[in-house]
Amino acid sequence: MKKRTRFLTLLAVMVLLVTVVLGGCQGDKGTEYSTNDNDSSTKTAFDAEAGEATTGGSVVVGMTQDLVSLDPHVQTDAGTRNVVFNLFEGLVKPTSNGDLVPAVASAYEILEDGKVYSFTLREGITFHDGSQVTVEDIKYSIDRYAVQAGSSVFSALEEVVIVDETTVEIRLTEANTEFLGDLYIVYIIPESNTDVAVNPIGTGPFKFVSYSPGQKLNLEKYDGYWQEGYPYLDEVEFKFVADMETAFVELQAGTLDILNYLTIDQVEILGDDFNIVEGSMNFVQALYLNNDYEPFQDTKVRQALCYAIDKDSINEFYAGGRSRLIGSHMIPSITKYYEEGAEGLYPYDVEKAKELLAEAGYAEGFDLVITVSSAYSQHVSVAEIMVENLKAVGINASIELVEWSAWLSDVYTDRDYQATVIGVDGKLAPCSWLIRYESTYGSNFFNYSSEAYDSTYAQAKSTVDESEKVRLYKELQMMLAEEAVNVFIQDPADFVAMNKVLAGYKFFPIAAQDLSTVYYVE
Amino acid sequence: MKYMIKKILILIMTLLVISILTFVAFSILPGDAAMTKLGIQATPEKVEVMREELGLNKPVIIRYMDWLKGAIKGDFGGSYQYSNTSVASLISERMSATLLLAVISFVFIFISSIPLGLISAKYSGKWLDTVISQLMQITMAIPSFFLGIILTYIFGLVLKWFQPGRFISPAEDFVAAVKYLILPALAVALPKIAMVVKFLRNSILIETGKDYVRTAYSKGNNENSVLYRHVLKNALIPVITFAGMIIAEILAGSIVVEQVFSIPGLGRLLIMAISSRDYPVVQAMVTYITLIVIIVNFMVDMLYQLVDPRVKTV
Repeated sequence: MKKRTRFLTLLAVMVLLVTVVLGGCQGDKGTEYSTNDNDSSTKTAFDAEAGEATTGGSVVVGMTQDLVSLDPHVQTDAGTRNVVFNLFEGLVKPTSNGDLVPAVASAYEILEDGKVYSFTLREGITFHDGSQVTVEDIKYSIDRYAVQAGSSVFSALEEVVIVDETTVEIRLTEANTEFLGDLYIVYIIPESNTDVAVNPIGTGPFKFVSYSPGQKLNLEKYDGYWQEGYPYLDEVEFKFVADMETAFVELQAGTLDILNYLTIDQVEILGDDFNIVEGSMNFVQALYLNNDYEPFQDTKVRQALCYAIDKDSINEFYAGGRSRLIGSHMIPSITKYYEEGAEGLYPYDVEKAKELLAEAGYAEGFDLVITVSSAYSQHVSVAEIMVENLKAVGINASIELVEWSAWLSDVYTDRDYQATVIGVDGKLAPCSWLIRYESTYGSNFFNYSSEAYDSTYAQAKSTVDESEKVRLYKELQMMLAEEAVNVFIQDPADFVAMNKVLAGYKFFPIAAQDLSTVYYVE
Repeated sequence: MKYMIKKILILIMTLLVISILTFVAFSILPGDAAMTKLGIQATPEKVEVMREELGLNKPVIIRYMDWLKGAIKGDFGGSYQYSNTSVASLISERMSATLLLAVISFVFIFISSIPLGLISAKYSGKWLDTVISQLMQITMAIPSFFLGIILTYIFGLVLKWFQPGRFISPAEDFVAAVKYLILPALAVALPKIAMVVKFLRNSILIETGKDYVRTAYSKGNNENSVLYRHVLKNALIPVITFAGMIIAEILAGSIVVEQVFSIPGLGRLLIMAISSRDYPVVQAMVTYITLIVIIVNFMVDMLYQLVDPRVKTV
């Protein structure tokens, strides 16, 4: 009898403990939430797009990676560039349809057929610390970028000349009519700031508040921004989340207001609870082939692979058929230079693929290892579909998953691989995409080498006549497509989910997540 | 005194060996911090420039000696990944979250496993024991991360008792931090509770069969006083060893649980540092984890003496 009572008391105490602990948690949070819920339920009654724009408010934007550096002159990945776009501006700035408009400069002039660029400093434009932007700052920024970035475009920089207090001239050693397409990323920063990476100062719509490595970046509205009426929001937080699944839960819970790179499945789960904005990722996703790997030295084998892979089913799986299929190394958003003719060159045709393989002497197929970075699930799942496609034509393909660092080292730098799936990005200048196939280019990891390509590329780059330039760049794309250098798949669709009460999100043909146009709906 | 000196010498030797091993492992792994920082925009020239900047072009042995010189003075250098933020500040910032998570989890383990183990042993073979054993079997089989996902879904998305991802650091609001950590701590604790209960139950059952128990009964003690005064003390010894292991494990960062609940703790830092080849951070964290394991083991030794005076340290 005594035993029993003792046990019952113990049990009672434990039950009580658990209730107190969990109950305490519920009591507080419960009330907090009910107010939140009321808010959103009243606001969702409005159609986001039709609503009036209001100023103020704050948003939390989710990211599944941390920033590489806040120094805008360090060449970084797309994720970091997405973010710093809000802090800094160059002499010119891209609009969402890819045009370049004056930003820190108020006007520009191209002289001597693209050998000299003259810029007029925008009157009254200030940095986040309140100081005036001067022509010295512009010269300092361009020179600093040229040294730090080590890009081929800026090796042709002769000098930056300060003409007078409002005019700066950039002189190049050779004519380059695409120069502005690289210049937008040369962000203007004050010469007086000695600690750029820790305390970034620019002229952008938002200014830096704080950064906690691995956790978040906080920005606030810059009141002195030169564009009247922008930004709408007072505060922006970029929150770094461990992985996409966790980020998706946080989005559903309301911790995140904006999250990009969603899959079509996730979009369907969200249903009508969020605004979904659709754009593209701005990269060329392909089955990249090491052209030095024995079977791939034969153009016919590479073409066979192009016929063997069912791009439509990849697109269907990836984005519900909403991605843009491509046929060469250029994204469709660079409309002026994009060659549509490369798109339909290799329709899905198993028989044709087998025929070509037989002609090349691989009737029995061969072994193929596709090396993919485990950090990018979207590339891994595309590779999985490809393996099935390749098996159908007799190629015994398998996937080797490697860590991102290992991928960069083995595949990208040492070119020790057979095939890989990845997305390759570029800038607005068309040469930034097509230079990768130039035989001496350091990051030509496909080991592609063609004299015809090299000479046409050199010609395209130096041509001043715009229509001739367009023609040559299109020709280059056709060369890559006809020779089937890689199996070009798509510029994948990018789905961004936004809190129902937000609107104004815009896509850019470059890596930029511009929050200055985002606003809360009245 | 001799005992202390011996222990400290072992500690230093272990730290040295482990730091060398980590260094070697890192130099064998493909890829380095310069490459991961530059990513796909990298050209061989840019990678070289960055290597120079980070000091990665020096030979491994020199880099190790440089690191060691700093580490002895308590200076673990700056992180590669986070533009030279000091490693010490990165770790201490995250320490509070992990420490708090460990303490709460341990409280859960302690307050539930000892009573459950006692009941289970006392009623061994009866229905109550069967029920507890079955329950424990189930919780032991569920991995922490899966439990974490389920808890997040039920309490975060359906019931909305907490908001996934909105962790407030204990320095800012201690109570809010504790509240946020209750569910993660539960996810960490549940499988461990099951293990401790099983361990304790078996240990008690073994002890009850021993001679001193019969002696205790013959001296006129009733069942409860034998159980609490005599058996429990002896049965706890192996459990303490086990608890020591658990503490070390939790303190080194419950990596997956931190990931699922978005807690900015040490586990997440370690994962990020490894994948970006940020070896100053990894090196410092490995040193820290080694220290904890050794110190906890030392404390377990001390506890033995408290529970059982027969155990003498020589």
